[in-house]
Amino acid sequence: MKTIFEKSVPGRAACLPDRPEQYAGAYIPASLMRESFAGLPEVSELDVVRHFTELSRKNFGVDGNFYPLGSCTMKYNPKFTEAVAAMPGFTRLHPVLPQLKGAGRLCQGALEVMYEMERHLCEITGMSAFTLHPMAGAHGELTGAMIIAAYHKDKGHKKTKILCPDSAHGTNPASASIAGFEVVNVPSKDGIVDPAELAKVLDDEVAALMMTMPNTLGLFESHLPEIVAMLREKDALLYYDGANLNAILGKMRVGDAGFDVMHINLHKTFATPHGGGGPGAGPVGVCEKLAPYLPVSRVAKMEDGQFFLDYDYPKSIGYVSPFYGNFGVTLKAYAYILRLGREGLIRVSENAVLAANYIRKRLEDRLHIPFNRTCMHEFVASASELAKKGVHALDLAKALLDKGHHSPTVYFPLIVKEAVMIEPTETESLETIDQFIDDLLAILDQAEADPASLHDAPLTTPVSRLDETKAARDMVLTQDMLEDSRGL
Amino acid sequence: MPFVPHIDSQVRRMLDVIGAASVDELFADIHPELRPKSFDLPSGKSEMAVMAQMEALSRKNDTHLVSFLGAGFYDHHIPSAIDALCSRGEFYTAYTPYQPEASQGTLQAIFEFQTAIARLLGLPCVNAGVYDGGSALFEAAMMAVRHTKRRKMVICGAVNPIYRVMFSSYTSNLNLDLVTVPARDGATDFKALTAALDENTAAVLVQNPNFFGFIEDYTALFATAKAKGAVSIVSVYPVLQALLKTPGEMGADICVAEGQSLGLPLSFGGPYLGLMACTKGMIRQLPGRIVGRTVDRLGRPGFVLTLQAREQHIRRQKATSNICSNQALCALRALMYLCLVGERGLKRTAGLCLEQAHKAAARLTAIPGVKLMQDKPFGNEFALTLPQSAYGVIDRLTARGYVPGFPLGRYYPGLESGLLVACTEKTTDENIGIMAEMLKGSLA
Repeated sequence: MKTIFEKSVPGRAACLPDRPEQYAGAYIPASLMRESFAGLPEVSELDVVRHFTELSRKNFGVDGNFYPLGSCTMKYNPKFTEAVAAMPGFTRLHPVLPQLKGAGRLCQGALEVMYEMERHLCEITGMSAFTLHPMAGAHGELTGAMIIAAYHKDKGHKKTKILCPDSAHGTNPASASIAGFEVVNVPSKDGIVDPAELAKVLDDEVAALMMTMPNTLGLFESHLPEIVAMLREKDALLYYDGANLNAILGKMRVGDAGFDVMHINLHKTFATPHGGGGPGAGPVGVCEKLAPYLPVSRVAKMEDGQFFLDYDYPKSIGYVSPFYGNFGVTLKAYAYILRLGREGLIRVSENAVLAANYIRKRLEDRLHIPFNRTCMHEFVASASELAKKGVHALDLAKALLDKGHHSPTVYFPLIVKEAVMIEPTETESLETIDQFIDDLLAILDQAEADPASLHDAPLTTPVSRLDETKAARDMVLTQDMLEDSRGL
Repeated sequence: MPFVPHIDSQVRRMLDVIGAASVDELFADIHPELRPKSFDLPSGKSEMAVMAQMEALSRKNDTHLVSFLGAGFYDHHIPSAIDALCSRGEFYTAYTPYQPEASQGTLQAIFEFQTAIARLLGLPCVNAGVYDGGSALFEAAMMAVRHTKRRKMVICGAVNPIYRVMFSSYTSNLNLDLVTVPARDGATDFKALTAALDENTAAVLVQNPNFFGFIEDYTALFATAKAKGAVSIVSVYPVLQALLKTPGEMGADICVAEGQSLGLPLSFGGPYLGLMACTKGMIRQLPGRIVGRTVDRLGRPGFVLTLQAREQHIRRQKATSNICSNQALCALRALMYLCLVGERGLKRTAGLCLEQAHKAAARLTAIPGVKLMQDKPFGNEFALTLPQSAYGVIDRLTARGYVPGFPLGRYYPGLESGLLVACTEKTTDENIGIMAEMLKGSLA
């Protein structure tokens, strides 16, 4: 398929303002103007619509396909939340408006949404206070790590390290490192954090331990109370990576269990769309002693019921977002929480866990499951046995695409060889789940009978397996680089 | 229950296969002492009831204001085709293209986005975007730190103060030597910036047009930075790049921008889009997703995420950044915007922004006591000095439905009488006239 640049016809135009402007040279000297044409596409509106419609058909998405991508929580994205975020009363609001004296009264609705959202997130998690400013899960981790640093600095503690279990998402160590900490790995035992291993690395310089609960193997960390006590002893904080919060709604609250700081991926637990890789949102919650360090501004309520932005937090880490985070995403998640309510949220976790265990049980005789016990909302299988016959996790992933399913997450977590991580979510029907299982079992049959045949998969997608080595070597990142490479 | 499809008999069947008596049994690992102390949330509501509640909240916001607010975030026309195309589930219910065979739509769109942004900014290498313009500026600075192995940052006081406060927050624990060179009444201080550059400088950070709206030529400054071994970073306003000398033409190593003006609604601050472009020499320091073209098994062209060895899921704490997403849907909107307006449309839009801003400046400076802060070329936004505090003026006009601009005193002590006025192609002559009359009356 041609790129939009290859479809460009000089002189064609789609959406021009209806009034020609005066020559810009009337306002700006030539020395400040660009010499070259920008080289943007010259196409009609229908050209654009056809082009992007054709592109969209080359994508799998939750609306068209089962999408059991472990750790990513690809559940159904309710359509009414899109309509809420598109309400003109929200989309037209300029973000600096509440910073003008007396203009807060002009955006009370937006401030109320933020205030109530923070309150609901506090109740759901048991934390004392929230900020909605972080713009993604990893951004929440960074914000959390900055809060941890500010707290210890304020208390006069000399803390330079953050501990991450070997099962952690790659963003955990990366975020801790960007915030200026040294990262120390904690080995797992039987798939969970082992207090004995923790004790070996837990010294006075440890600022915090970052944990995912349930962890990336889909397992509950059953030594949690002991871990909390060990950290308290050393003045170290406990961070909760909320990537998997969708497994424990109404079953456990992060704050009650002893965590000090956490983030939530609104695009996972609270069903906002993933958008092909964003935008998401990563609100951060803290216990009472960390509240003074939250980013500014903070939304607050006066006695007369008016909402306002409060900047008066001298110990705050400052600004992590230009304004109030991804407000459009906050709106969608807030509407989702209102729609589901208390019972609906509890059902989310119950049915996510039910579906994951059902798939696990139906596959356990055919696929190795390294930590095969009751899982939470996802589980990790391993293709290590198949690998001896030359069939790898990647081959299973690609074969599933030919059956019309997006593949599970593969090769993560790193501590399981040939990992295949399956997360069905609560929104998939039993018919869909059974079809997926039947299709996967048929692929496993094929792997026994004719392992080499799976190496050709996928065959039904717009392209087959792509040469990633060539992509990295040639580095053709734009149309211009493509034309340069053709010219050689 | 909304969005959970199982009927009772199906729940029973699943439990039977699992061998559990109840769903509760599946949560047995969570010991009683870990159970919630409270979960006191309202009951669920119908879609109709939630929509009504949200509609009522949206009406508590005044969106009938006539606004001259900008400060880096602008109200441009958004072609309707963008919403129509972006609401295709194949785009917005997909995730990061980890399986390229099932994600060619997203991947080709990012390749086209990288092309459009590279051409607009005049620098060859572009990533798929980061959270916003402020985080892009921070990431650019960290690229410079890794590239030069130096830790001193020279930042111009006329860089958007919203980004500068973010920058200070992000770097507070990183042992960077941050030198801010104050702007003088809205003018970038070239002499002081040049003097601040030395052999320890990792990067110089500037903005064009600067926060006060004035257009600068940084060519000489960037040449000096290069001679000192420092990296040149410039933050720009992408709509005006249709007309203005590009960062590439000025010799910048890295350019960042807020992409909101390219087809994204203001939406009370987000989601927005951070744009990042750099020279070929800096590509391995560039954070975030990058898409490259390659071929499949059968030799057919296709697209993949590439240079992933920089990223956190491979490198963990040694990654170039912790960023794991790219605001992909926002990048898609920006690409669609640039395709819909095209070469001529973006130039014309930029030209109209300039024209309206210059009309407004002429009307406003005709009021006794109102002056442009600098006699320098400006773009779609300009800084005025009023004969009294801007806060009071803004308050009085806003009460009458016209927000005349942003108070510069909020970030610049001493500039309490400064008013930053923004126009776009949506600003009408009529509203410029009404606002000018109101301002005149307010100062009289």
